[in-house]
Amino acid sequence: MSNAKLVAESGKILDVAPKDAPLTVRGLTVSYGNKPAVFSVDASIPAGSMTAIIGPNGAGKSTFLKGALGVVPRLSGEVRIFGKLFAEARDRVAYVPQRASVDWDFPARVIDVVLMGLYGSVGLFRLWQSRHREQAMECLERVGMADFADRQIGQLSGGQQQRVFLARALAQNAEFYLLDEPFAGVDAATERAIVSVLKELKTEGRTVVCVHHDLSTVPEYFDRVLLINVRRIAEGPVETTFTAENLQETYGGRLAATHIDELHLA
Amino acid sequence: MIDDLITALGAEFVQLSLTPIVIGILAAVACALPGNFLLLRRQALIGDAISHVVLPGIVGAFLITGTITAVPMMLGAGVAAIVAVVMIEIVKRLGRVEPGAAMGLVFTTLFAAGVLFLEITDTSSVHIDVQHALLGNLESLIWFDAEGWGSLLDPVALSTLPPQLPRLAIVLVGIGLFILLFWKELKISTFDAAFAEAIGIRTRLLSFALVVATAIAAVAAFDAVGSIIVIAMFVCPPASARLMTNQLGRQVGWSVIFATISAILGYVFAGYGPGWFGSPFAVSAAGMIATISGIILILTCLFGPERKRTGQRAEA
Repeated sequence: MSNAKLVAESGKILDVAPKDAPLTVRGLTVSYGNKPAVFSVDASIPAGSMTAIIGPNGAGKSTFLKGALGVVPRLSGEVRIFGKLFAEARDRVAYVPQRASVDWDFPARVIDVVLMGLYGSVGLFRLWQSRHREQAMECLERVGMADFADRQIGQLSGGQQQRVFLARALAQNAEFYLLDEPFAGVDAATERAIVSVLKELKTEGRTVVCVHHDLSTVPEYFDRVLLINVRRIAEGPVETTFTAENLQETYGGRLAATHIDELHLA
Repeated sequence: MIDDLITALGAEFVQLSLTPIVIGILAAVACALPGNFLLLRRQALIGDAISHVVLPGIVGAFLITGTITAVPMMLGAGVAAIVAVVMIEIVKRLGRVEPGAAMGLVFTTLFAAGVLFLEITDTSSVHIDVQHALLGNLESLIWFDAEGWGSLLDPVALSTLPPQLPRLAIVLVGIGLFILLFWKELKISTFDAAFAEAIGIRTRLLSFALVVATAIAAVAAFDAVGSIIVIAMFVCPPASARLMTNQLGRQVGWSVIFATISAILGYVFAGYGPGWFGSPFAVSAAGMIATISGIILILTCLFGPERKRTGQRAEA
């Protein structure tokens, strides 16, 4: 963690990530069927950074996250999490899948979902105890959802569901957070609440990576970007990498020039 | 009718009705328990598939061994169930079709193959027929040596219990333990498979274990009560239970209650119901148990406290 603090405080992002960087990916290729969704992508996420993964729809942003964590099988490529195989560093990582990827009609209350984040501290063949409940309540408090603890998850709005997912990730007390589109379909208040929690995580020296869609908020929320369109287009600090040229290359003709002009680019 | 009930609960009841009712309950609960998770994973059809492929399994076992004893039959059914699961997986991957279509394809094909096997081979000398496969013969599982309730304490009489009873009891305990011991893992992976995988739950292994538990329940129950009950119990009690509560643990509890009620009422109505309407004939207990579970589902659809839950969803 001291290493993470150092990088965060100096504000310098190393081009060559240190060996125990939160995430180092070499040549990651994932394919659904015959067409690769992600092709030979390299990435290195330095400790203490906040990175946005950006690219058009179907560019493989979510697949990149899933492939890096082994949630979907990799065709090829090497992935190191804090310099280790994911299986050996699992408890240092919290992954937040897309909200729409689960069935919110599942019979569970808000607190039940947050308790899932404490799975690692419960132990084999055992059930959640009251101390786990207290921890889960603290996490719900941090995302402003404590009053909803006993609510059925199907009764929540999209923004509330996203906060519950974030609370579950907080319960994991990880050093490295990977979130898949945490701002998709949420209200403005939720977006502010999520950003403030993510910035808190960064202040604590933790590392955050988000698949992100809204280009206009990139410079405000993040300090690094990873531009993907099946292949890696560019990766680096927002100031040098979040450029009109790189965005044009990432989105091809799909991004109107006027749109690019409106962004606060470097 | 009152007189009927009083005679019905005496020695004759123990001899003729107690074991079929208990076997019915054990079979119903053993299927309903894994059914809860199959339903929430949108895999309810897998129970359907497995109970259909049991037929080619037992025909195959008969053709190989030439006997209709229980152990080779159950092994044959078990092998067929595993073959079916593997075939579904292959069709899904190679054909890139949705799981429901793959299941439908595999189980109808294998069931049809079982019927063909039955017709083109000489099984006329033994009692295997499609009717038996569908409805079983719950009413025949009587306890000859029972002389009354006291026989429950008599080791000699107990040793003559229909073998389906201890077999199903063991299966039920096994499935209950599986669900209890892996409760967290089943719950998390059913709700959010990607998250479960990321926190180190072996989701594929767990899915396979769930299917194996389903197959064991189907095969053990099939022998006693036929596949109609098996299919109904995988789906109806869990679906009814979902309409009663918004918590997984309570849902599983309700499904056990509904399965038990279906088995008891179904057996009693099948045996005594037609008499109340002046008919001398009893109807199939298995068919009646499945019907009762369907009626419970209709009632919970109409009156269950959580039946409107999707309509209450707040807008994003």
